[in-house]
Amino acid sequence: MRKSQFNMRDWKSHPKYLTPSYKSTVLRSPTKPLIPMKQTLSEITGPVYGHDSINPLDNDLTKNGITDGREPLGERIVVSGKVLDEGGRSQPNTLIEIWQCNSAGRYIHVNDQHDAPIDPNFFGGGRCMTDENGHYKFYTIKPAAYPWGNHVNAWRPAHIHFSLFGPAYVTRLVTQSYFPGDPLLDLDPIFMSTPKSSQGLLIKEFSMDLTEEGFALGYKFDFILRGPNATPMET
Amino acid sequence: MLLKQTPSQTIGPFFSYGLTPKQAGYNKLSSLASSSLVTESTIGAQIRIEGTIFDGVGDIVSDAMVEIWQADSQGRYQNQPSLEGIGSSFLNFGRCDTGANDQNKFVFETVKPGQISTKTAPHINLVIFMRGLLSHVFTRIYFPDEKNSNLLDETLLTIPAYRQETLVAKKLSGESTPIYEFNIHLQGEKETVFFDA
Repeated sequence: MRKSQFNMRDWKSHPKYLTPSYKSTVLRSPTKPLIPMKQTLSEITGPVYGHDSINPLDNDLTKNGITDGREPLGERIVVSGKVLDEGGRSQPNTLIEIWQCNSAGRYIHVNDQHDAPIDPNFFGGGRCMTDENGHYKFYTIKPAAYPWGNHVNAWRPAHIHFSLFGPAYVTRLVTQSYFPGDPLLDLDPIFMSTPKSSQGLLIKEFSMDLTEEGFALGYKFDFILRGPNATPMET
Repeated sequence: MLLKQTPSQTIGPFFSYGLTPKQAGYNKLSSLASSSLVTESTIGAQIRIEGTIFDGVGDIVSDAMVEIWQADSQGRYQNQPSLEGIGSSFLNFGRCDTGANDQNKFVFETVKPGQISTKTAPHINLVIFMRGLLSHVFTRIYFPDEKNSNLLDETLLTIPAYRQETLVAKKLSGESTPIYEFNIHLQGEKETVFFDA
C-alpha cells in the first residue's frame, strides 16, 4: 500500500507557542524544539464520522438551545464557506464543531463568571459535516466581545471557535474566526499571535450573497487544511 | 503554489460544552467521542490509560482536551485504505476533558494497540489542546513492557536517548485491568517530547 504523507504545519502561518503577551502561554508552551517526525500510518489516518452522527438542528444554534419556546436574543447570522486543502481541493464529509458565547458575551460554560446575562434559549454549541463539495453552513447568533483577565481592561474580540478533523490525524485544526472591522482585533494578543501575513485568514468576510432577506446577515469563512504532498509513504 | 494554511488558535477554557458535552455534564448536544474506545465485541487486552498534565511550575492543567488515536489490538486503523468497509468493533478515537474528573486527569478505557508495521512499536497517538496553547501538540505513548519493539521503533530512534523515556508509560500494579500512567510535562527537566508530526 502506498499513500501520501501530508505537508508539515506551516509555522509561517501558525502562531508561535510562546507569546508572552498572551500570559497563559508562558507556563504552558513547550520550551524544547518540536521533534520532526516521519509520518507513519498513525499520522495519515484519522477518525471518520458519517452524516448520521449529526442531528438535524446541530448546525442551527438559533434553534438548538431553545428551552422556553422563545428564540435566542441577538443578531441572527449565517456562517458558511468551504473546507479546502492547500492544493485547493475540496474536503468533503469532514466534521466541523463550533462553540461560542451568546449575544451578551457570556458562555454557557459553568466556569464563565463574566457578569453578563445567560440567554436561556442559547446554548452556543453545534456541528455539521461538509457536503460532497466541501461546503458547510451554520445558523447562529452573533457572539459579543467579553472581558478577560489577561491584562488591564482586556477584551476578546467577538469570535466563534471552530474544530475540524480533515482527512487525517495530522490535519486536525482548532481555531477561532473573527468579524471584519472589529477594533479589538489589533489589541487582542491571541489574534495578534498569528503571523501578520496570515491574520486575514482568521477574519470572516461579510457576504450579501449569503445574507438571507428578512432573516440573517451572511458571513463567509473558508478553511485551508494541510494537504498531501508528493512523498509516497511505503508500508 | 500552495494556499496558506488556516492558522491555529487556542481552544480556550470553555470548549467542553461543545466538544465533550457528556463528560462535562451538558445535555443539549450528543457526544461524538468519549473516553472509552471499547465496545462489547472489542477483541484484545483491555487497559486503562491515565495521566496528569503539568505546567511549567508543576500545577495541574484542569482545562485541557486530550484526544487519542490508536490502532486496535491487531494493529489496524478503522479507515486504513486497505480495510475500508470492514466494520470495526473498536473505536480508534477518544476524547477526554481533564476538567471532567475530580483529579483533573485524563483517563481512557481502551485496548493495548497492536503493531502497525515491523518498524513501529505499539503506541497511542495523542493530540493535546488547552488554554495557553496557541497550536495543539502531538505526542505518543509507548509501553514499558514492549522493550524489544521499542528498540526498533523508527520514531523513537530519532529522539535523543535521555528524552525517550518521557514517551514511555509507567505500568501501575494491583488492578485487574492493567493501568498505564502517562504524565505530560509541558516544560522543564522532564518536558515531554512533542512532535512536528
